[in-house]
Amino acid sequence: MCTTCGCPSEEHVHHHDHGEHISGGKISVETDILDKNNRYAGQNRALFREKGIFALNLVSSPGSGKTTILERTLADLSGELRCAVIEGDQQTDNDALRIAATGVPVRQINTGAGCHLDAHMVGHALEELSIAELEILFIENVGNLVCPAAFDLGEAHKVVVLSVTEGEDKPLKYPQMFHAADVMLLNKTDLLPHLDFDVEKCLEMARRVSPGIRIFRLSAKTGEGMAEWYEWLRGKR
Amino acid sequence: MHELSIMQGVVELCEQHSGGRPVLAVTLQIGALSGVVPEALEFCFEAVTKGSLLEGARLEIERIEATGYCSECGILSRIDTYFDSCPSCGALSLTLRTGEEMRVKDLEVE
Repeated sequence: MCTTCGCPSEEHVHHHDHGEHISGGKISVETDILDKNNRYAGQNRALFREKGIFALNLVSSPGSGKTTILERTLADLSGELRCAVIEGDQQTDNDALRIAATGVPVRQINTGAGCHLDAHMVGHALEELSIAELEILFIENVGNLVCPAAFDLGEAHKVVVLSVTEGEDKPLKYPQMFHAADVMLLNKTDLLPHLDFDVEKCLEMARRVSPGIRIFRLSAKTGEGMAEWYEWLRGKR
Repeated sequence: MHELSIMQGVVELCEQHSGGRPVLAVTLQIGALSGVVPEALEFCFEAVTKGSLLEGARLEIERIEATGYCSECGILSRIDTYFDSCPSCGALSLTLRTGEEMRVKDLEVE
């Protein structure tokens, strides 16, 4: 509860005049620094609910295969599920071009120097997408295992992608991100025979940081394991 | 380096709440597991506040320790990571109670 004015919620929005709290030059604020982002995220979430859109926020380090997973997923599912993609990168529209080649609507957001997408950017990208009939929206965040963890975009789930070439202790090294995620895609499993990556150890670490995290092991390259991921997506529309 | 955009959020919030008056001091509360490094906030404070109502203001950061509640033994303990086990009984089922805070607590205005 807000200690200043007794607002009931921890994530409340102060719309009222704060002049009433002023005493001796001190002004009580007691507001989450990300309050503005959280309000935009709330708007996005309300829009997704109203339109029946299942939104996923894909996060990972650069090069884990997020775009390749999306390309394969869209190629295999866009015939049965109406999908769209928002691509986040600091520069270039390379990923948006790859997605556009699948025939699925896509909007690229370039964050410039920014290291993450925020809910305001996503809201604007949504204005440019035709979302009336949409069932699944994939938001591919900027490749970065740190900053995107803090920014709610209004998604139903943060989906963290970890590729087996990255090292099995990533969940412990970047616990914020893995804690924020409740779905994990362990990608590039086709490379396991060439690596010393201990899958069970990795999954155990992921579960320690995020108990109850749903994990899919897959290879976007060979298609191995993709069927379970698709089944989960179909169940969410 | 999202401390920079975090700090921009702080400046925006403070300017909204200060009623247009120059800000002399701002107090933040930052949890140990918030993912934000207090030193990095201090580092960019001067640059981000330049030209704003917070220019020249004092930055105070209250660090909030992370605590987890153990549903097995019912004890609330201080923890250091998301993956700590309960210091009392060793169970892994801790529920975070504090430590993710990222708040502007108060302001001092002229």
